[in-house]
Parts: sequence; structure tokens; C-alpha cells
Amino acid sequence: MSAGKVLGMIFLAKIMKNEYRDSVFLMRINDQVERMPGVKRAAVMMGTDANKDLMKEAGLYIDQVKDAGPNDLVIVLEADDKGSAEEALSKAQELTSKVERETRIEEEPYRSLRSAVAFEPDIDLVLISTPGEYAYREAMRSLLLGKHVMVFSSNVPIEKEIRLKELAERKNLLVMGPDAGTAIVSGVGLGFFNVVKDGPVGIVGAAGTGIQEVSSVLGLSGVGISAAIGTGSNDISETIGGKTMLMGLNMLDLYDGTKTITIISKPPSKSVAEKVVQKAHESKKPVILNFIGNEDFSPSGNVDFAFTLEEAAYKSHLKATGKEMKLADWVNPDKLKEVSDMLRPDQRFVRGLFSGGTINYESQAIFKRSGRSVWSNSALDKSKKIGGFDNSKDDTFIDMGSEEYVRGVPHPMIDFRFRKERILKEAQDPSVGVILLDIILGYGANMDPASEIAESVSRVRAFNKSLIFISSIVGTESDPQDINKQVKTLTNAGVIVTPTSARAADIALKIIERRWKA
Amino acid sequence: MSSSIIGKKVKVASVGLDSFFNDLKNEGADAVKVDWKPPAGGAPAALKVLEDLECEEVDEANSKAISAILSAEPKFVGMAIAKEVIPELKGMSLSHSGPPIKWERMSGPMKGAIIGAAIYEGWIKDESEINELIKGEQIKFMADHDVSAVGPMAGVISPDMPVYIVQNATTGNKAYTNFNEGVGKVLRYGAYGKEVIDRLNWMKDTLYPMFKESVSKMGPLSLKPIMSQSLQMGDELHTRNVASTLLFIKEIAPYMTGGGFTSSQISQAISFMGGNNLFFLNLAMAAGKVTMDAASGINKSTIVTALTRNGTDFGIKVSGLGKEWFTAPAPVPKTLFFPGFKEGDANPDIGDSAIMETNGFGAFSSAASPAVTQVVGSSVSEAIRVTRRMYEITAARDKSFPIPALNFEGIPRGIDLRLVIETSISPTINTGVAHRLPGMGTVGFGIVDAPLGAFDKALQRFGQIV
Repeated sequence: MSAGKVLGMIFLAKIMKNEYRDSVFLMRINDQVERMPGVKRAAVMMGTDANKDLMKEAGLYIDQVKDAGPNDLVIVLEADDKGSAEEALSKAQELTSKVERETRIEEEPYRSLRSAVAFEPDIDLVLISTPGEYAYREAMRSLLLGKHVMVFSSNVPIEKEIRLKELAERKNLLVMGPDAGTAIVSGVGLGFFNVVKDGPVGIVGAAGTGIQEVSSVLGLSGVGISAAIGTGSNDISETIGGKTMLMGLNMLDLYDGTKTITIISKPPSKSVAEKVVQKAHESKKPVILNFIGNEDFSPSGNVDFAFTLEEAAYKSHLKATGKEMKLADWVNPDKLKEVSDMLRPDQRFVRGLFSGGTINYESQAIFKRSGRSVWSNSALDKSKKIGGFDNSKDDTFIDMGSEEYVRGVPHPMIDFRFRKERILKEAQDPSVGVILLDIILGYGANMDPASEIAESVSRVRAFNKSLIFISSIVGTESDPQDINKQVKTLTNAGVIVTPTSARAADIALKIIERRWKA
Repeated sequence: MSSSIIGKKVKVASVGLDSFFNDLKNEGADAVKVDWKPPAGGAPAALKVLEDLECEEVDEANSKAISAILSAEPKFVGMAIAKEVIPELKGMSLSHSGPPIKWERMSGPMKGAIIGAAIYEGWIKDESEINELIKGEQIKFMADHDVSAVGPMAGVISPDMPVYIVQNATTGNKAYTNFNEGVGKVLRYGAYGKEVIDRLNWMKDTLYPMFKESVSKMGPLSLKPIMSQSLQMGDELHTRNVASTLLFIKEIAPYMTGGGFTSSQISQAISFMGGNNLFFLNLAMAAGKVTMDAASGINKSTIVTALTRNGTDFGIKVSGLGKEWFTAPAPVPKTLFFPGFKEGDANPDIGDSAIMETNGFGAFSSAASPAVTQVVGSSVSEAIRVTRRMYEITAARDKSFPIPALNFEGIPRGIDLRLVIETSISPTINTGVAHRLPGMGTVGFGIVDAPLGAFDKALQRFGQIV
């Protein structure tokens, strides 16, 4: 080690013989040392001629460096004082001999679908649940990459849905959605779904909760599902022409594991209905068409029709197994009579607060069949449409999963806030006799919905003893929520619980029309 | 063509809600998560264009561009004096790196290199005369990239400079580039002192004729095998060209003798090449240029064909947008300084050498170059991360250039403008850094992210034409 002094500055150098280091490695150390307090300049480099030139340029080429060779590590420091120079020198030596330990290389997540597919080309299907305005592009990209798609996202403009489905048709790919809540493909549930075993019934549905209810009811009665294809709610419109529904029907027809095909949707436009019925007739398999609440068709050949979801499940069960469906009933008739007796004469209306759009629609159809046309934000009768966030009159059924209720908040299957507020509000209306509800279990849903409803009921009981609560529950014994516990919690709270939405609507109808009265 | 997904085991990619991905995992499905964020940071105008660009025509155009890139066969075929092969370099004209720029806006190192070239050409005696020349608008400036050329740093090529000729054997197109001078006081970093001019003259008088003769004896030299092999040997071919330079010497040295050159001239030439760890860089750049030019001008293709900087502006070209430049201010690289230089000395990013990244090398191949990783970041894992990040914005992985540390995965090639905008991931570039003042030279090496502004402008242009 040697030190020189020029104009009050300290120079300190160290030559480390035969200590080769990579130049970039040394540049980093050079940089670190130069940043130390009191250090003016530093050269930490191999003693090559090129580097000596650099040192000359920098004014760091002191006598001692002259003897350094290309394999010698040179450290030269210019500092304000001896202490700083020595400290920097020792730091430089420490750093040059330090072995950096490699940190764990973490897997970087894929930032785009393109890179996911580039690295994992065996991806078959893409599930898209981005906000609606971004979903089209992701779906288009999936198709361009040759992948089937399920678009859970809603609010995708219909002209974009057409573009997606036209491309999918050309590429023989399936587009489920947009606005497809539920699907089960080869045993994999997507979006909101209930856990069912593999089995003979294949479902195509434009109605998410409809698919959930039919698959759950079949599940509870011991019949499995080979696939459930959600088409999205717009698919059956005139504009889209049922492209996904027809393709899904075709896929199930071709798949040997499917013995019976069940189609669930609100009644499609006339031309779509005709296409679907025709396609159903071309199938080799029994087809149950459940255009909810529709009585225009009559069974012929391999095609049969169902009015309610429960009826669809019943007929599918019969076709698939040759046996009648036995579904447990949790309702005690004595209890029904008891609660009916408590109704005051002025309690003449039913208020339905649903999380399932299909269930809302089916309940209206059941009421309409008995001559009660119901007000709704998603009305079966166009003349009975009711607007506003919390308006109701006479019989009113609200689909609380529709757009105005889910803007910026989770779906009512997950978040019960709005439903609970609405229950309290309806309970204050003396003309209301029955609150009709649905509860959906399964993946994606609230983990303890029964307690949410039970809490509301107990708050209502503080000021309203005669109001009757009826709720259907959609779920299976394999769902993450314990269905038996959910039923028990509701029953204990005084809620009448049914395993299908049709039964719940039916009971509500009979109670409000005083048909249970002795 | 895909068929039914019913009844076979399915693998699902989840784009969007984390809960859905978690549910898939919980039910035991084979699932992949895409870490989705609103594209382009949620900017609605960009989203509209991105949507329009998500179509079959663009994908097909990009496939063509990618196929041009992957099938390119760059070969070193000859030497020439610039004006013999670049017709635009007539009289007092110069080409330079980056997008076109006027003298008034040029950075220090660019001006320095132009002064040096003017001295070399004999247009002026020294720097004091340059203003006269500029005032008279006597020198015509043009971008290297616009005349089938590339040059590192200032990239100045003047009519009487020797150039390499590199040809794409697949498509026949050619590119030109100058000799690499080494680091320190060199023209391309803006130095123009006597040693700089002397070196340029030596190159023209000794190295050029020797190379010209050697390459004609050797015949066309395929550059791809050298580049691939050097990648295996730890070069990323931009800021580290140690192996490639040695491999190149191995190829050309046998042809350097026997042509009327003295043994001391030959020895000097070999020492010069061997003493310059970046000697091969220019050939690698020309290889990139003939490759990217072959992928240019494909209607609707969003593949980026040039990333380059002139020390003031950062410019890009995109295949489907033809010859148009899209620019943004050049950022200052995060620099590791040579002794004697410090923060504040560095000029904003400069050089055509980002053609290396455009072509999949340099920072894009960081994972192949543990030695350079310390410029890139603090560790080998960070270097691997840089390469992984570049996979997110590129359309292809080229197995012709395998990266040992990534289990011989191919390097990321073919930057897709759509992916850059969507992910907001900038192409990362390893680079030399010049002093901001003319006449000073190299101050260090560093790393820089291409400014997204240039890509935004290119996207807007697509918005006007698709």
C-alpha cells in the first residue's frame, strides 16, 4: 500500500496480483466505492493498457499503478483525507472478494394471454372475468390463439358479441358468454357453479342460475352432469341467432358421455326457438327444452318441453335413468298452514327479491299462469316493467343481479347488503304478506348466505310478526357451503325452505291466495 | 382446428378475477393465471385501437414479419467505401444514428462525431471551422437507418469511411456499418482528437484493404452461427461481444495473411480486434438491420423493426407503418461510470445499437450473459427476470438462439407494439453511454427503458389507418 499527496488530496492504491475479476463486476464496485463519504474518485479495474489509459484520463494513474499487469486488480482512490481513503480501500477489497449469493428465481406471472399461451400451448379454454369494456379484446385474442372461451364479464356490446361468435363459428371454437355465469366442462366448473359428479345429462343454457338449479337438483337426486355450457343471455336474441346454443347442442350430441340433453333459457326469439327446436329434433338423443314459462310447444319425437327448472330436471332425470326423480322436501305442511293463518287480510302481495335472473323470470311465469301478473325490473310482461332502484307495488319481483344493482358492487349471490336493505324496506309495507327469496350455494357464492338472511329475518321480527319468508336454495352436498347447515339455519329463523325455485313460488302463490286456509 | 372440449381433460387460463383462478385451483383443475391489468393503464383511446388491432389480418401480417425475422440468414459478404454502396452519401453528406435530426438539436457526442468525420473527410481543419459549414447548410444529414445502414453510438458514417457489407441470403437485402473503434476516446462517442482521426485513417488505409481481401478469399461468412455460439458463451452481443469477437477472429485470421501485408500490419490488425471486446458488435448490428429490414413494410404488421436513438430523440419504426419514425425524448441510461465520470456527465441515450434488442439480443438476452447482468441489475436472477419480461412483449422465441440458463429456451424476438402498449412493459436496452459534451468519449455502460411515448404515437397512427 502506498499513499501520495497532491494539492491536499490523498491518493491511495492497492495492486492485487493475479486477482482477475470481470470488468462489469468491477465497475459496480467502482461505483459503490466512489459514492463513499470523502471519496473523490476511484478506479477499481484490471491493469490492462486500455484501463491504464482510462486512469490517465481520470488523473488516477499514479506511479504504483505502472507495474500492474492485465491480470492484476488495481484499486486507486482519491479522497479528502487518509481515513476516508483507507475506509474506501478496505471496502473495495471486501467487495471484490465477496461472492454474491444467488437469490431464488421466482416465477414471473404472465402479463398477457399471448405469453401464457406461448409458454403453455396446451391451454384449452380461457375464462375471462375482466370488467366488460376489456372483455371483448381478451376474448378475440383467445379465439385468434385457437382457444375456446368463456366470457363471464357482462356489458359487452352486442355487435362485438356477433364478431366473436362469427369468428368462433369459422374456427369451430366455443364462445360461452358474454355474461355467462356458469359452465361445467369435463368436470371443471367455471364461474359460479355447484359441485356435481360426472353423469349422463348434458346442459346448454342461456340462464346461469337456471343451469345451477337444474344441475344441483339433478345432483341432489343422484344424477351427474357430463357438461353444462353457458351461452350468455344475449345468445338467444335474434341478432346473435343462438350460435353458441346450437354449437353446444351439437357438441353434446357428438359426445358419447351425454345421454340426455337439456336446454335451459328464457324463451328465445321466434326464429331462434325454431332453429333450436329443429336442431333438437335432428339429435339422436332425448332433448328436454326448457324455454322457461313457455307453453307454445308440444312434445314430439325425441323432444320434450318443460315449464319450470324443476320440471326440466325431473324430465331429464327420467330420460337419462328411466326412473322418477325423488327430491327431498324440507317443507312441513302444518307449518305452512300455521303461518298462513297468521296473515292479516290486508297482507295481499308478494315481494320477490332474487339473486338469480332466471329464478326471477320463472317465478313471474308461475304467478302469471295463475293470473297474477307481476311487476319487475326484468318483466315477463313488458307492460309490468317497474323502474327505479327500490320501487315496488302489488306483487313485485326484483332481479337484484341486474345491472343497476351490481354497478361497482359484488353480485347479490356474494354480497347481501342490498337484499338485506330491501327486505327491511318491504317488511314495512303493510300490504306485503310474503317475501320470496332465492339462495345460491356453490363456488363463487357467499360462504354463509343463510346467516345473512336469518339476520334480516330476526330484524324484521322486531316489528313485523306476520310476514312470511320463503326461500329456495340451490346447491349440492358437495358444495363448499354445508347445504344441510344452511337449510337448518334458515328453518330455525322461521324461513320456509324449498329445494327448487318453482316450489318456492308455488308456495308463495298458494299462501297469498289463501289456498292453505282450512 | 380445435374441436369439442367436452369429455377431455381441460386446462384453463383465467384472465380477470383472482377468486376464479383460486376456485379453479381449489377444485383441482389444471389452471394458469394471467396477471391481468387494464391495458395501456386503462386509457380508452388506446384500448379502442388495441381492439381494432386484435384481428386475424394483424396476426397474419405479424406471422409474415416473424417468419422473415426467423428465416433471415445474415452473411458478411464484403467491404466497401461508404459512398460506393450508399448512393445517398454524395459530396458533403453524413449519416448518423437514430431518427433524423437537425444540427441545432443534436447532442454533444453527436456534434463531436460530426466534427470528427468532417475533419476525417478533410472538409475542415479543426472544430473551429464547423460552424461555418453548418451555417452554410453545406452538410446534408440523414439517418443511418434510412439508408440501409446502422452505426453504434453517434453512428456517423461519412462518404470515405470503410463499411462492412452484410447481406440477408434469404431475401437478398443488404446493410452497411462501420468498423468498431473500441472504447474511450473514439469518434462514435463524440471524440475527435488526433488519436481518433489517426485511428480512422489507419482503419481506412490498413484494416480496410486487409479485410476487403480477406473476405473475398474467405467467401460469405454466416453470422448466425457465430451469434448463436457466442450467446452460449456468455455474450448478449450488445454490451458484451467477447466470445463473438474471438470467434470472428478465428474465422477471418487465416485469410489475413499472404495478401501483400506486412507481418507487423497483420499483427497490429489482430491485436486491434482482440483488444476491442466490442469489435464484433457492428457486424451483429448489420445482421440485425438486414433481418429487420426484411420484416419491414408488411401492411398491418405491428412488429417493431427499429429501436434507435440519436442522443436527443428515441425513435422507433413499425413494420406496418413503413418508413415513418415515431419519436420521444431519449432518456438518460442508468449508468455504471468509468473512473473519473459521474452522474450528470452522461448524455441521453444514443446509437443504432438498440437494433440488437430489436432483433432479440442485448438486454433481451440478458439471461444468457451472466457477466453482463451486473449492468442490467444486481444479480443473475434479475437478468433472467429482464429476459422473462421481454418474452411478454415479443411474438416469438427463437430456438436457433437458445439460452442455457433458461433451459435452452429461445431468445425473445419480434417486439409486438400491441403487447408493449397493453402491458406498458418497455423494451429494455443495454447500452454504452457517451459523455454529454463533444470531444469527451465513453463514460460507462448502462441500461435504459425505451420511452413508451414513441410507442403511443405509433399506436395512434395505427388508429388512423385501421
